[in-house]
Amino acid sequence: MQAELSRRSFLRASALAGGGLLVDFSVPVHAAQGAAVLTAFVAIDTSGAITIAARNPEMGQGIKTSLPMIVAEELDADWAQVRVEQADLDPARYGPQFSGASMSTMMGYLPMRQAGAAARDMLVRVAAARWGVAVAEISTAASVAHHKASGRSLPYAALAQEAAGLAPAKPGDLRLKSPEQFTIIGSRRGGVDTPKIVRGDPLYSIDTRLPGMLHAVFVGPPSPGAVLRRVDDAAARAMPGVKAVIPIQGVKAKGTFAGSVDSLTDGVAIVATNWWYAQQARDKLVLEWDESAAQGHGDAAYAARAKALLDAGGGKVAFKAGDAKAALGKAAKVISARYDYPFVAHNTLEPQNCTALFKDGKLTFWAPAQQPENGRKLVAQCVGVAEGDITVHVTRIGGGFGRRLMSDFMAQAGAIAKAMPGVPINVLYNRTDDITHDFYRPAGWHKFKAGIDQSGRLTAFTNHFVSFGPGEDPQFFANMAPFHMPEGLIPDIEMTHSVFPTIMPLGAMRAPTSNAHAFVFQGFLDEVARAGGRSLPALMLDLFTADKQFGETDKAGETPRSFNTARARAVVQKAMAMSDWGNVPRKPGIGRGFAFYFCHRGYFAEVVEVAVKGKAVTVRKVWAAGDVGRQIVNPLGAEAQVRGSILDGLSQALNGQKITIENGRVQQSNFHDHPFARIDRLPPVEVAFVPSDAQPGGLGEPALPPVIPALANAIFDATGKRLRSMPFAL
Amino acid sequence: MGGFDMAITLSINGAARSVDAPDDMPLLWVLRDELNMVGTKFGCGAGLCGACTVHMDGAAVRSCQTPLGAVGAAKITTIEGVGETPIGAAVQKAWVAVDAPQCGYCQAGQIMSASALLAATPKPTRTQITQGMSGNLCRCASYHRIMDAIELAAKETSHAG
Repeated sequence: MQAELSRRSFLRASALAGGGLLVDFSVPVHAAQGAAVLTAFVAIDTSGAITIAARNPEMGQGIKTSLPMIVAEELDADWAQVRVEQADLDPARYGPQFSGASMSTMMGYLPMRQAGAAARDMLVRVAAARWGVAVAEISTAASVAHHKASGRSLPYAALAQEAAGLAPAKPGDLRLKSPEQFTIIGSRRGGVDTPKIVRGDPLYSIDTRLPGMLHAVFVGPPSPGAVLRRVDDAAARAMPGVKAVIPIQGVKAKGTFAGSVDSLTDGVAIVATNWWYAQQARDKLVLEWDESAAQGHGDAAYAARAKALLDAGGGKVAFKAGDAKAALGKAAKVISARYDYPFVAHNTLEPQNCTALFKDGKLTFWAPAQQPENGRKLVAQCVGVAEGDITVHVTRIGGGFGRRLMSDFMAQAGAIAKAMPGVPINVLYNRTDDITHDFYRPAGWHKFKAGIDQSGRLTAFTNHFVSFGPGEDPQFFANMAPFHMPEGLIPDIEMTHSVFPTIMPLGAMRAPTSNAHAFVFQGFLDEVARAGGRSLPALMLDLFTADKQFGETDKAGETPRSFNTARARAVVQKAMAMSDWGNVPRKPGIGRGFAFYFCHRGYFAEVVEVAVKGKAVTVRKVWAAGDVGRQIVNPLGAEAQVRGSILDGLSQALNGQKITIENGRVQQSNFHDHPFARIDRLPPVEVAFVPSDAQPGGLGEPALPPVIPALANAIFDATGKRLRSMPFAL
Repeated sequence: MGGFDMAITLSINGAARSVDAPDDMPLLWVLRDELNMVGTKFGCGAGLCGACTVHMDGAAVRSCQTPLGAVGAAKITTIEGVGETPIGAAVQKAWVAVDAPQCGYCQAGQIMSASALLAATPKPTRTQITQGMSGNLCRCASYHRIMDAIELAAKETSHAG
């Protein structure tokens, strides 16, 4: 193992077929990932064009632009000459290639800098040799090497070929820039694909077109666990354009996450020359499903069961410090409340789809996968083609939000393609398929009690969380963060949970677990603060008074997972200052709410101002202060992530998003009954980043959770009505 | 798949395109799977999201709800061709200038709706923009920049005009 790591610790360079410099730069990854290498990839051709490989799948979070910016910075590349190419799946070469958990920036920040610096170092050494000067006398800027003393310059293009023959430096020997030298990192850069997107160029999986390609629908189980008993496809086969009808037998795979049902389900594929023909033909299929597995599974039944568990009280202790019950007994005032939230669906705008070609025993995919490597493992298990015989081209993804951490569509495309060797197949869900075959953000139920003293300080806290799980503990995605506020902040606290099984497939929704728990915890703490005659930010600052760092264990080289009260204080204070919290005269029908949350290694404090007229809520303005470390790589993209996250959260709360279930069947079918906000809800969103010393973290998620409780708290402020259930209904 | 209908000639982005498809096939699927013009996107199939927006004689229509038989001699413009019009070009330029897209999947439809809006209303108010664009869903909620881009394009085109 040691030898393997050290071998890979060295830079490797080789000439591209077409000439030029190719840097394949490898360093050991954090042991936590279990993977062998982190790699960045640079190629410079003789014309001066620089190609930088984008490692992680792009789904709108901006990583295809921001990681190459980091490489270009240390390379001193002229950004205008940089072309970015999405790397195919090759973890042995590039390292972990997933997009999720806001981790790409954290995991890529140092390796991408080293990759750029290594390439620059090789170019500089060639220039130094040519001019007969010391390396230290050479400066670089915008893809040109300069020797100031003699006034000589050479473009990288003139150096690249020779540089490719040099042995690269060891990563530890490379000198990286200090932040004040940055000209690309920290600058506002448009997305590398934006010009293509606005022209309608084919970028997405759904746009894949190959010679002889056919289009497929996959008619899957109407409820989870349904077994296909009988297929009569005669009428469907006779429909125009239909080329094949293929029954697919499900294969239970080892899920990509513990407890997930990311597998190949039973189903019937209809393959046609045009997806619309396949779609028309599905109505002619006669299928008999055994749905007995899902009988009794429904949102109302779940809610009733959860209520009974909360009524019974108790639950398994998940965290305990001091004696919360005794402290509640001594409290000047006890506040209690129940909160809940429903199942919701992701609804990526590009419906789930995937293209696959099976030829000569090998499978090739064009996949919109957030975890293409896990997708490949899933395909290998379900379709029976060895991982080594599966190639995955990663496409731009038309929205992820966690849905495409699951790769069910890859298994389906692979199974259909394997049945039709030599024919490229694109399998595409319609919107109803997409909503009814999701991996849902699970519903959850909470009962809280808090005690405060005479001055309104929090002295005792209990939470009983009812969630889903097969045994005694919540299953993945239905869990709570291992550390959750106010754990660690008050001496007497007890957190318990009770679970019961669900058959519904559960998954990660943008800021998983946090998107729900921020609402319930920060909503309840607003009640606690008000009961003590205080405001929530004052209560939070009180809890954060002492400098403390605790919670999850940090790992060297990673953005801290532990909770740092000083960082929390700074964003709370910033949000208060931005919004002039507490100093704005009250007006009837106008209210303000605050919330703070820490998740995905990012700290966000947000303030929402609403106007409420009757049952109509207008969000007038949002202020957001966030700390995701010492450096924002691309402020243009970062602001977009924060604004988008905030509107996404408002949309979940105010647009009535809720998945309802009867005997395992999801009742919603399209955007009319699982709606999203439109451009008509467009409050100004003021964003401020509060830099800290921490290594940079990601921004795809942490800005979302606090906006929901801030909205609930604002509506209370305006109306006196406390919202304890999502979606919000006045 | 041919043989059961007469080939129909459509005018798409100024070119005559022959397709052999039934009258009830939605224009969206004629574009995407018959002509391999994949810039026009499929989102909902029900006229609810606007991802499939194209122009029919200059007016924004949902191509998933427009059967081939209803197109007739109308001039169809798609995202691949809208840049040939001065307003479409200005809208695309503004979209790049503000960096509107996040995942980007809805943006073709947004641009088609925005360019039809500006063609009909060269200097729209915010309310008019909101009304004109409310049929287009952006799941990433890139609405701030969509609004900025439309206002920028309106400014640019009214200067040019």
